[in-house]
Amino acid sequence: MSGDYILEMNHITKEYGSVAVLKDVTLRIRPGEIHALLGENGAGKSTLMNVLFGMPVIHSTGGYRGEVIVDGEKTNILSPMDAMDKGIGMVHQEFMLIPGFSITDNIKLNREITRPWAVSRVLGSDLEFLNRGRMAEDARAALDSVGMGIDELALVSGLPVGHMQFIEIAREIDKRGIKVLVFDEPTAVLTESEAQQLLGVMKDIASRGIAIIFITHRLDEVMDAADTITILRDGTLVQTLDKKKTSQEQLAALMIGRGDESVISVSRREKEISGKVAMEIRDLWVNMPGEVTRGVDLDVMEGEILGIGGLAGQGKIGIPNGIMGLYEAAGKVKLFGKDLPLNNAAGALKCGLAMVSEDRRGVGLLLDQSIEDNIVFSAMQVNGRFLKKWLGQKDAAAIRAHADKMVADLDIRCTSAQQPVGTLSGGNQQKVCVARALTLEPKFLFVAEPTRGIDIGAKQLVLDTLVRLNRETGMTIVMVSSELQELRSVCDRIAIIAEGRVEAVLRPGDSDVEFGLAMSGASRKGGKRK
Amino acid sequence: MNKKSFTEHIKKYAVTYLFIMLSVFFIIVSGMDIHYVASQLLLRLNRNAFIVLALIIPIIAGMGINFAITIGAMAAQIGLLLTISWGVSGIVGILLAGSITLVLGSLFGFLIGKLLNKMKGQETIGSMILGYFANGAYQLLFLFIFGSLIPLSDKVTIVGATGVQNTLNLTGSVGLYKAVDGIFQVPFLTGLYVLCACAAAFAVFQYTRKKTSLRRMAVTVGVVVFLAALTMVPAIGDIFRKTARHNAITVPVITWLLIGVLCLFNSTVMSTRLGQKFRAVGQSQTVANAAGIDVDRTRVIAIMISTVLAGWGQIVFMQSDGIGTFQTYAAHEQVGLYAGAAILVGGASIDRATNTQALIGTFLFHSLFITAQSAASNLFGDSAVGEYFRAFLSYGVIALALVIYAWRASKKKKEGSLDLSAMAKN
Repeated sequence: MSGDYILEMNHITKEYGSVAVLKDVTLRIRPGEIHALLGENGAGKSTLMNVLFGMPVIHSTGGYRGEVIVDGEKTNILSPMDAMDKGIGMVHQEFMLIPGFSITDNIKLNREITRPWAVSRVLGSDLEFLNRGRMAEDARAALDSVGMGIDELALVSGLPVGHMQFIEIAREIDKRGIKVLVFDEPTAVLTESEAQQLLGVMKDIASRGIAIIFITHRLDEVMDAADTITILRDGTLVQTLDKKKTSQEQLAALMIGRGDESVISVSRREKEISGKVAMEIRDLWVNMPGEVTRGVDLDVMEGEILGIGGLAGQGKIGIPNGIMGLYEAAGKVKLFGKDLPLNNAAGALKCGLAMVSEDRRGVGLLLDQSIEDNIVFSAMQVNGRFLKKWLGQKDAAAIRAHADKMVADLDIRCTSAQQPVGTLSGGNQQKVCVARALTLEPKFLFVAEPTRGIDIGAKQLVLDTLVRLNRETGMTIVMVSSELQELRSVCDRIAIIAEGRVEAVLRPGDSDVEFGLAMSGASRKGGKRK
Repeated sequence: MNKKSFTEHIKKYAVTYLFIMLSVFFIIVSGMDIHYVASQLLLRLNRNAFIVLALIIPIIAGMGINFAITIGAMAAQIGLLLTISWGVSGIVGILLAGSITLVLGSLFGFLIGKLLNKMKGQETIGSMILGYFANGAYQLLFLFIFGSLIPLSDKVTIVGATGVQNTLNLTGSVGLYKAVDGIFQVPFLTGLYVLCACAAAFAVFQYTRKKTSLRRMAVTVGVVVFLAALTMVPAIGDIFRKTARHNAITVPVITWLLIGVLCLFNSTVMSTRLGQKFRAVGQSQTVANAAGIDVDRTRVIAIMISTVLAGWGQIVFMQSDGIGTFQTYAAHEQVGLYAGAAILVGGASIDRATNTQALIGTFLFHSLFITAQSAASNLFGDSAVGEYFRAFLSYGVIALALVIYAWRASKKKKEGSLDLSAMAKN
């Protein structure tokens, strides 16, 4: 019976070029239901929501296949405005609020109540006066309905972060005819008690017949608030479950759900790892926007490949960037027993650290320069190598010889080492990054998101290279990746970061349930959220 | 006012207070007759205020200081040129020039707006360079196209050659000089008393309608009475009155009314839906866009309004008392610079501005302009230093405003992020 549902998204398929990011996904929601949408990064949650909101990114890339039915009527949502008109609203993860505006002005933004006058009758409704009195009344009512007693005329800029989420919700509720409300990671910035209040408000809204799509990675909140749960993985629908018939463990397993199917086959380690600590990280805080690390304690053993995993935005990328001095950091880091200076990029390189950055094109490579120049660039700047003694000119012969060796060793596919890096494929660019890091002859290598944006064949080559380096030279490697499967293929141990801290350190062979719970921050007992 | 908000206030308006002190210092050092300074100041205020007020809307819409108002001035000069060429004089001529400015200014403003939308975040420098570029196009138009492709009367062309005359004259038989200023002039003191009476009456009226508090009404009435009483002091009143040594200072009522209407326009627009859009776009384009506001369109409208208003301001300037002629090829060049500097001196910044700031800024900026030359010749024995000082002043204050803005932005960013040292300890 399709009449039961307020929103149906049937058999949605979306391809970007030749890559299918959504494959035949179906999502059906009843009025008054809280429907949780679960999945790892890249599982297709945001693409599905982009389809629902008619985002330009969907329509400019050839649209989607499948049908969207809102309130029994088949529609094609053309733009976010269109979605709004059809009664679909969104509470954003990033606050869509203007700090310099009052709460009322924010709630009523672009939906102001106005009063026409002589001039506006001639020149259009844009010149109608704002009716601030009535706007404030509406805002008051909306705020009351989410249980916020704050003054509706207060400026947003002075409010605590937690309040802003509720103002966003009040704004959506204030929109008349709202049928479906999407909450995108609404509790990410809230304190424990605020999160509880928010879940209460969600239930309250749902009880008024509004359907809620609840996107989150916190399984405990899902179990608390949701009625139905849909799990996506790799763009496909895994299962839609009734909350009463499932458990956190089952959800965690379904979210990860690949067992130990491996990305590449890895040669076994001949020698056991020494057991000596290579790097000791204590209470590391890193101020990297969007990836804030909040007090990480971690030991890296000499000779191992340590994986750092976790969902996007949880702070795992902050760890190497903070240690390498690329973002402001605080805490204590010891490398081979010696204190490592923080907030000092040159110092970190001099201590024998090297990093292959996740931002290949941004901070990793000089795209217009040749492969050989890119490979020797850091070594030349940091260690003064590849320079002639007299006047410090570039030693072209030495550079060429080294670059050719690297090109051969790492199998960089190019016409010659003089080719500009910008013309290489993503996988080969990544290998140039690795080559440059290796040229520093590091004792310790950070690799961040080494396979992001490169195709499957190149992925295997890059991972193979890392494993070979580790086996042959005994180099300690810390690999940060959002691809859990990759980490489980090549790493000796995997630290899972949730909410800026180490949630758990797991073995590659540990179960999906353990990984899933760790990634959603649920394995830590008691929930030490700040 | 408690101590903290007082220091905040001083910090926010540091530039303004610095200029107040400088002005007083310069007036004293210049040794100029106070009557002369006052009459010049009033004159310049009524000439320039209109253009400076034209800058407010783009600032609120987040587009920084619209130096492209230079292009609005060019539109006005084209309007004036055609009006002179067609021989239309008096207030009708001004209205004709104004209409031409409206059409051309809207068109130019539309194009500028479109272009600035392609260079978001760089509007201030973008509009400045656009002004320079447009200057080239303007030269071409006036040198070669007017007179040959577009026929003009020989009142404005160079006889025996192509192009427009180097200087255009609004005086005499052309009949545009003081066409607005001259309509109705009253002695300054009379004007002030009428204004004071109106302000007091309005405050009381608002109070009886319960639109304002007793305290605000009392303050307004108090200030008004104080001002009126001040002019009763002979030493002050005589600055403006006719005495043995000088005539009474008069003010052009219609021009001042126009400036008043523009102030009212600026504040009225801000309480409409359009104004709300300007503010929203100015504060966050992302949020405005998410709320369904057409960000680009809003920005184009802001620039169009600004360009047209600046053009009208240029007409007000040209016809005003003491101008009457203009350098065809150069008159517009400094418009953006001086107006931009003036509004910044008044305490506006790259992202906020009010009518009051525009008016105070114009007042202070020009008080320095008037006195700089004699002050310099008294201090250094060379009046040319004063000329350097003017340029130094204009560019300096703009550079300062840009630096303060960047500094505040980076400070704000820091405030928004974590305080690591505090965090790591607990």
